[in-house]
Amino acid sequence: MGALTLTVNGRRRTYRGAAFTRLIDVLREDFRLTGTKEGCGEGECGACTVLLDGAPVNSCLIPVGQAAGRRVETVESLGSPEKLSKLQQGFLDCAGAQCGICTPGMLMSAHAHLKSGGKADDASVRTALSGNLCRCTGYQHIVDSVLAAARGKKKKASRK
Amino acid sequence: MRGDARSMTWTSPRTPAQAVRALAADPRALAFAGGTDLMVAWNMGLLNGRAVVDLSRLTPWRMIRASRDGLSIGSLATHAEILRHPAVRARFSLLADACATVGAAQIQNRGTLGGNLANASPAGDTFPALAVYEAVVHCLGPEGRRALPLLEFFAGVKKTRLKPGELIESVFLPSLPKPARAQFRKVGTRGAQAISKTMFAGALWLDRDGVVADVRLAFGSLAPTVRRLRAAEAFLKGRRLDAATSAEAAQLLDADVSPIDDIRSTRAYRLAASRGLLARFLAGR
Ligand SMILES: Cc1cc2nc3c(=O)[nH]c(=O)nc-3n(C[C@H](O)[C@H](O)[C@H](O)COP(=O)(O)OP(=O)(O)OC[C@H]3O[C@@H](n4cnc5c(N)ncnc54)[C@H](O)[C@@H]3O)c2cc1C
Ligand code: FES
Ligand code: FES
Repeated sequence: MGALTLTVNGRRRTYRGAAFTRLIDVLREDFRLTGTKEGCGEGECGACTVLLDGAPVNSCLIPVGQAAGRRVETVESLGSPEKLSKLQQGFLDCAGAQCGICTPGMLMSAHAHLKSGGKADDASVRTALSGNLCRCTGYQHIVDSVLAAARGKKKKASRK
Repeated sequence: MRGDARSMTWTSPRTPAQAVRALAADPRALAFAGGTDLMVAWNMGLLNGRAVVDLSRLTPWRMIRASRDGLSIGSLATHAEILRHPAVRARFSLLADACATVGAAQIQNRGTLGGNLANASPAGDTFPALAVYEAVVHCLGPEGRRALPLLEFFAGVKKTRLKPGELIESVFLPSLPKPARAQFRKVGTRGAQAISKTMFAGALWLDRDGVVADVRLAFGSLAPTVRRLRAAEAFLKGRRLDAATSAEAAQLLDADVSPIDDIRSTRAYRLAASRGLLARFLAGR
């Protein structure tokens, strides 16, 4: 048992405890970042999705020891209730969230897709979100939310 | 019982030699790559008390290197890294297509080729492509290095011929002429994140007059380990690909596979679907 450091949402954090503790538990229990949710705990549902060095991963399948020295981003990095990100606003505008348990994971997968220059069309967004399950929305509203946010971005870019 | 993090010991060796030594010293120690297979077992409480040897700091083992002779893929290369690699896409497209069907983005970003091989599931999605490319698995162990042809690497369901303390270092795909036709197909319950009921990889080379010069066909999920269709391949070589020849080749499937009934599918469905995949490939659809 030792101390390890990782960068979470731009801040350097130290964790003291067992290196095999799951990243999701460190984020939620130790760092009090409870936006990240646990659905299945076996890599199937994507509710626990965070970005590790920019790429979406399931935080329920990662021992924190493997995140040492690396960059982690959680849903808390996107926006705040006062100032939502475009993507979060998209989910609000298009009813992309119902019970909300899948939403943080959906947001992180969609954020990674758009940020990495992924295409803003129906098929590409569905592929990018295929590791995230939702039991409420039937997915269409989620895809609409991501496309609305992406189009908003495009408009802004073309104006300047 | 759930996984207990405090029961695990954790080391992150910086060199392959250190990793081999750590594994050789403790027969119950676990090599840990992307963890997408191991963490599922650990979360169920199946691996408590084990020593974990984290391979993720062995950065040279992540490299993918293309040369005239072929392509060397480090065992720690992830499915995402493989499927995006320009040389894989251009020269070994079946493998890129297979990696794109492993789980979904989150799994592809973590799961490694070495982990997929060492896990040796009958449904490992990269295996038919590797069988078509006649991949060679390079291993490093307490007694040094050795190379195993892919079909000899597997010993059965979830069993490999790796010796205690031995690790996969890289996988080599020898260069080959560009096939006239190459296809990977996976049949699962849904488009993403599904374990295969059957999956197929095939490559075909034709003479100028349309006669089959060479053909390599492989199926996964139809036997304890991946299988090449030796009977169908031998039958097809030297023949023109018409409907009757293709139908007859598809009937030869049984000679090389032995699917079972299990929770994911039945023997009958697996054979019927697989014959369909084969017939479509041979018909160029
Ligand atoms: C939700 C989900 C979906 C999945 N979908 C698919 C799928 O569609 N298709 C598919 O094929 N698989 C699938 N898998 C299984 C898994 O993701 C893959 O097999 C993956 O490639 C495993 O790699 P890893 O690095 O994560 O392995 P790990 O979990 O780190 O290790 C797996 C095994 O390999 C051993 N090992 C790892 N690296 C080495 C090495 N270099 N040398 C020797 N031994 C080693 C470990 O000791 C362990 O026994 C899925 C898993 C999950 C959780
Ligand atoms: S909780 Fe991690 S994938 Fe479901
Ligand atoms: S909103 Fe309830 S699971 Fe997606």
